[in-house]
Amino acid sequence: MKIDHLSSFDLSSIEIDPALFLDTVSSRLAAGGRALAYFALPDNGIYRLVMVIGFDREGVMEAYSAPAAGSFRALTPHFPELHLFEREIYEQHGLKPEGHPWLKPIRFNTPGAVPGVADYFTVHGSQVHEVAVGPVHAGVIEPGHFRFQCHGEKVFHLEIMLGYQHRGVERSFIGGPGPRSIHYAETLAGDTTIGHGWAYCAAMEALSGVNVPRRAQLLRGIMLELERLANHTGDLGAISGDVAYLPTASFCGRLRGDFLNMTALICGNRFGRNMLKPGGVNYDLDPALIKELKLRLEATYRDTADAVSLLWENASVTDRLGNTGVVDKVAAEGLGLVGPAARASGVGLDTRRNFPYGPYENFTMSVSGSGDVYSRAYVRWLEIQKSAELVAGWLDDLPAGPIEAEFGPLKPNAAAVGLTEGWRGQICHAAVTGPDGLIRHYKIVDPSFHNWQGLAMALRGGEISDFPLCNKSFNLSYCGRDL
Amino acid sequence: MEIIKPFIQFLAVMFLSPLLLGVINRVKALFAGRRGQPLCQLYWDLYKLFMKTPVYSRTTTWVFKGGPVIAVSAVVAALAVLPFAGRQSFLAFEGDFIFLIYLLGLARFFTVLAALDTGSAFEGMGASREMQFAVFAEPAFFLGLAALSRVTGQTSLAGMFGTLTSATWAAAAPVLILLTASFFMVLLAENSRVPADDPNTHLELTMIHEVMVLDHSGPELAYILYGASLKLWLFGALIACMVLPRGGSWAADTAVFLLFMVAVAAAVGVVESVMARLRMIKVPYMLITAFAFSALALIFQMGR
Repeated sequence: MKIDHLSSFDLSSIEIDPALFLDTVSSRLAAGGRALAYFALPDNGIYRLVMVIGFDREGVMEAYSAPAAGSFRALTPHFPELHLFEREIYEQHGLKPEGHPWLKPIRFNTPGAVPGVADYFTVHGSQVHEVAVGPVHAGVIEPGHFRFQCHGEKVFHLEIMLGYQHRGVERSFIGGPGPRSIHYAETLAGDTTIGHGWAYCAAMEALSGVNVPRRAQLLRGIMLELERLANHTGDLGAISGDVAYLPTASFCGRLRGDFLNMTALICGNRFGRNMLKPGGVNYDLDPALIKELKLRLEATYRDTADAVSLLWENASVTDRLGNTGVVDKVAAEGLGLVGPAARASGVGLDTRRNFPYGPYENFTMSVSGSGDVYSRAYVRWLEIQKSAELVAGWLDDLPAGPIEAEFGPLKPNAAAVGLTEGWRGQICHAAVTGPDGLIRHYKIVDPSFHNWQGLAMALRGGEISDFPLCNKSFNLSYCGRDL
Repeated sequence: MEIIKPFIQFLAVMFLSPLLLGVINRVKALFAGRRGQPLCQLYWDLYKLFMKTPVYSRTTTWVFKGGPVIAVSAVVAALAVLPFAGRQSFLAFEGDFIFLIYLLGLARFFTVLAALDTGSAFEGMGASREMQFAVFAEPAFFLGLAALSRVTGQTSLAGMFGTLTSATWAAAAPVLILLTASFFMVLLAENSRVPADDPNTHLELTMIHEVMVLDHSGPELAYILYGASLKLWLFGALIACMVLPRGGSWAADTAVFLLFMVAVAAAVGVVESVMARLRMIKVPYMLITAFAFSALALIFQMGR
């Protein structure tokens, strides 16, 4: 059933005949749809499968639902993008996707399960060896376990086993919205505070039918783009650090801090915590602050342009980045990659373009084609330029008006999908309310949920020494995926 | 006085070599817009490590403990034949350049053996990389010294550099320039500097030399760090002896030589600041270039 991506819909309106459910969603996915979310909704002792499908080119969203019990036919063999969704349904609710080729735990949150303890894919042969990395790493980073099946320096296969960071974030939204809910959203992937916070607010606002004032929308846009600027700049610095290219690495480390400080200037927190709330924002900008922000933006952007341009001008860097960790367009579309990783493989997919929200109008996305580390770095640079332009424009003509609207109670027995484009890619929050108007189910899809498999594919047939660089070029979140 | 000079030189090398890494770090910091760590940081690090109790994995044997000691001893022995400011060291003898190459080989062999002794997948990988690149680096170095031997007609390092004067440069400049370039590339590769390796990375999967010494701690790690600084000095000194014309008094030559060593370290720092690391499969290309330079030098010399 077609739904509007900015407003709520009745749960009963998306119900279809259980016998037709899998065939219907298959045909919709085959017709160019992409699964935004696929989950099982507990419903009076039985389960209801819900799939939200987005047609990116047309900007159309559809949702289907049907009851299911015991087991259902796995669609993964035909649509690999669903593989984690089906494993998640099996792990969380015990509904078995029959015929799933890779049915393993993803978060190890069932009783008795121990993170990382599972059967791993292995390659046998006289000169094949296995390299296990993590879950404890050499740097101060999140835990994750990586198993490489190698032949000398060449990687046959990489299996990524995560789940060490599972905290039960989705569960904590149930019974809300409460005063803590927004903070759960803000901290579920620490570097994507605004992205997730906004997706949560968008879902809540759609459910309560509140219209966010224009000024608040623009302020949110400024925050989201500042978050993107900070993270993309940091990533470019980290990528050049990994290839031991000193100048960009050291400059970008500082410039990321400058962008974070601009965020702190607005709301008092470098990561943008406590800026958003359902209905609007908590902090406003006065003319003096706008002037200060514009000065800082101009100076920081100029320095960033100088530091980053060194990357494309240095032959040793471009040679190192090019043709490393290639994910072609077919693989990117098949796995349902999102965000800069997808756009670097030539997939035209950007929520700001496909499903416009808030202040985004006629947004032009940045796409690059080669699918290698160079391309993923270059897309980030293109997006830095775009974001700086957007923020400067919004700071110039910030309309007068209130910064929040009255946030009322949620509609009962309704559902809504909040979609935003975080710096890592599309963020999807799906909320379902019960008859009492409280949240009865909450589903979060972080971009990392889709993209980790892209990293595994990037390494296939590559060199094991390229892994850290490929990993940095994706820079995925562990806790966003583990929830 | 003439008798104790070689010993003074030897002790000076032993004492001064950790300074080179300090110079490299300061040059890199300058490029990055940072102040950088103190010039003498490595001395403090060595002191700290010597005060520590090492930790051993249960899978290791005496080979693991012996590796760093043998490696650092081999490099110290190699320094005993290495000329200082073009003047001979106390152990110089005919054909000692082959002795030097074998000592470096011995150091490498025991470092690799100690790495394999841990049974770690990472260290095995590093050991295999080290040996793979050594196959390309050693011939380049050996052939370079052989060409130098032909230029000067001497077979001891002290002899080679002792007879090398500005007149030799005037006569055989192309050969010597090629050799200097070749030695500098070998210096970068042998000392795990950019573009062959990245001494600052914490990412085990991309390391070559660093990954082999991950399990060492305490005094043994100090031996490794100290051995690395001596090795950097060794290659730097070869280049310095080749480039610097010898002629003045002992004191003047020594001063110029030490300044040039700082310049070599600064050059390494500049290279590390302006270029990215090569991808692993391209490191042999760089070493083959060094080999080609050495071979070309030898051919030029034969036809001169």
